[in-house]
Amino acid sequence: MKEYIIRRILFSLPVILGVMLITFALFFFLTTPRNIARQILGDKAKNEVIENWIKIRGLDQPYFLNLSAKGLKKITSTIFYTHMTSLLFFDFGRSWQDDRPVSEIILERAFPSLSFTVPVFFLSLLISISLAMFLAFFRGTYIDSMGTFLCVLGMSVVIIIYIITFQWIFSMVMRLAPVSGWAGWPDRLRFIFIPVLIGITAGLGGSIRYYRTIMLEETGKEYVRTARAKGLHEIDILFRHALKNAMIPVLTNTVMAIPFLFMGALLTETFFGIPGLGSFAIDAFFSNDLPSIKAVIFIGAVLYQAGLILTDISYAAVDPRIVFE
Amino acid sequence: MTQYYLHDLLISIIPVLAVSLLAALIFSIKKNPLHRHIYFYIAKSRPGKTAFFLLCFYGLIAALDTVKFPVFYIIDGKKTYNRSLSLLDRLYNPAREESYAAPLAENQLLDSDIKNQQRHILGTNISGEDVLANALKGLKTAFTIAGLTTLLSLPLGIFFGLLAGFYGKKTDAGITWFYSTLESIPEILLLIALMKVFGSGLVQLCTALGITSWVGLCRVVRGETLRQKNMEYVLSARTLGLSPVVIMLRHILPNIMHIVLISAVLRLSGLIMAEVILSYLGIGVPPGMASWGIMIDQARQELARTPAVWWNISAAFFFMFTLALAINYFGDALRDALDPRTEKH
Repeated sequence: MKEYIIRRILFSLPVILGVMLITFALFFFLTTPRNIARQILGDKAKNEVIENWIKIRGLDQPYFLNLSAKGLKKITSTIFYTHMTSLLFFDFGRSWQDDRPVSEIILERAFPSLSFTVPVFFLSLLISISLAMFLAFFRGTYIDSMGTFLCVLGMSVVIIIYIITFQWIFSMVMRLAPVSGWAGWPDRLRFIFIPVLIGITAGLGGSIRYYRTIMLEETGKEYVRTARAKGLHEIDILFRHALKNAMIPVLTNTVMAIPFLFMGALLTETFFGIPGLGSFAIDAFFSNDLPSIKAVIFIGAVLYQAGLILTDISYAAVDPRIVFE
Repeated sequence: MTQYYLHDLLISIIPVLAVSLLAALIFSIKKNPLHRHIYFYIAKSRPGKTAFFLLCFYGLIAALDTVKFPVFYIIDGKKTYNRSLSLLDRLYNPAREESYAAPLAENQLLDSDIKNQQRHILGTNISGEDVLANALKGLKTAFTIAGLTTLLSLPLGIFFGLLAGFYGKKTDAGITWFYSTLESIPEILLLIALMKVFGSGLVQLCTALGITSWVGLCRVVRGETLRQKNMEYVLSARTLGLSPVVIMLRHILPNIMHIVLISAVLRLSGLIMAEVILSYLGIGVPPGMASWGIMIDQARQELARTPAVWWNISAAFFFMFTLALAINYFGDALRDALDPRTEKH
């Protein structure tokens, strides 16, 4: 098991290196150091100031390979090396836009994201599992087919529709919550009310249907038949026998989502003016702030890989039949 | 002039190509006695059948909008190209208003008793265009994007998936590395970056979506190939001395094609939704093209007005929703019909 985890971590290193390579290539395909300097320092900046700005950040070097240097310097004195390898030690550098350490900004931005993704995560897990149990209990009846129909309806709606209509209904028509904005704790509840509601509704259809299928697969198994033959009540079978075993796929499915709670939700955050990591990513993207962009994408990739590894670990932890070689 | 003409032709060829490919596929399935039961399965399930007919109906409207021919005006004895009108435009081309008009509103012209007889069923948008006509035109955009993206991502996914699954070892490691890398980048950010690189345009949008969406297909194909690789029929084909290419294309691929088909169909609604999100962010279809994303984007300001202009977003939502719903139901029916492993609950 330990060996397997170490191997997985080692395999994720080249993937993260690839992510950095793609990010770097796309970034400098779209702009040049001089353009960024102009954009950040303004049109009126003098040439020397711009040259200086570029030199300080090491952007006057070649991109990947420095042919004029000698020995190891051929690789180390390049833009890619100076800007991307520091990421591997979680050193994100200073933001070009704000001139503050990026790690500081990210820490500051992670909490707003968490304050609405964590409630969404737990509430939607609770609601979708209980509704899935409900549908599984009434399987084959009119209630079940209506429920699955509603699930497919929910799956066919784009999140943007939820965002716009909820914003309209709850804040413009019913005036229950502000349209957008952000505040300190007790007031924050009013600001996260609509985003949380959207987060829950948007994912509900798909997850209820998925969990319902899992529950039905479980109730078709031999031990459930035995329990029925013993004369146990259907509710007992569902809650005491089937649910425990159905939790394995449910758990491994949700583990993947946990690392992403930190990333927030890109679209929802930009709409509701939540100063989280998602809106930070979009802002950094449109202002060509390389240190912030690479930090966000790097963290996203690391979290994705961590999610994959955690899923594998949780499989082995819950199910004793699974052994990794 | 010829340049416009060529552009029209190119844009209209793509959906026609997609439709004819689909028709060929359906025909080939019908000819094969082994696959004929699929028809009975889909015909038996009522939601599947309804979804199929709705898809056909929408497809027909999209096809009507695809066939375009230009209008020539003769000005000063010279033949002048004006603009292309599609068959849909010729069938349904309501008059333009000044600005917003509510659904079915009577149009009273100022200082005259004459009422405009034509009413707009779903009202008009800010520049006075009929909302229903725009929403119907959005169908073509949606079909083109879903079709072209699938045409791009399907061969890529099948090719790399088969290679990775069949050869294993270094090939597998390389391909897995490549798609894991693409997958690890947050999808919206990657799409924004790719759209910035390619520039705006319909074909560019499909390419960007194709680059991000082949990964899922590749994963499916790879997994299935790994499963099939050690089966008896592949081993006997190997013993006969068939070349790997023949084994992959003639033996393994037909056996996994149904799974590929199902996952491709179920992905279509995601592609349509991605188009809406990207158009909404301002990096989707080029301006001037009818798109539900743009209609929804306009709705943000429209809902804030008093009285709220609700018809634009409702029309876009209705067509997108029914299309996605039909795709989901059709995909489910297809899965039930094609995949013997799924239990019928």
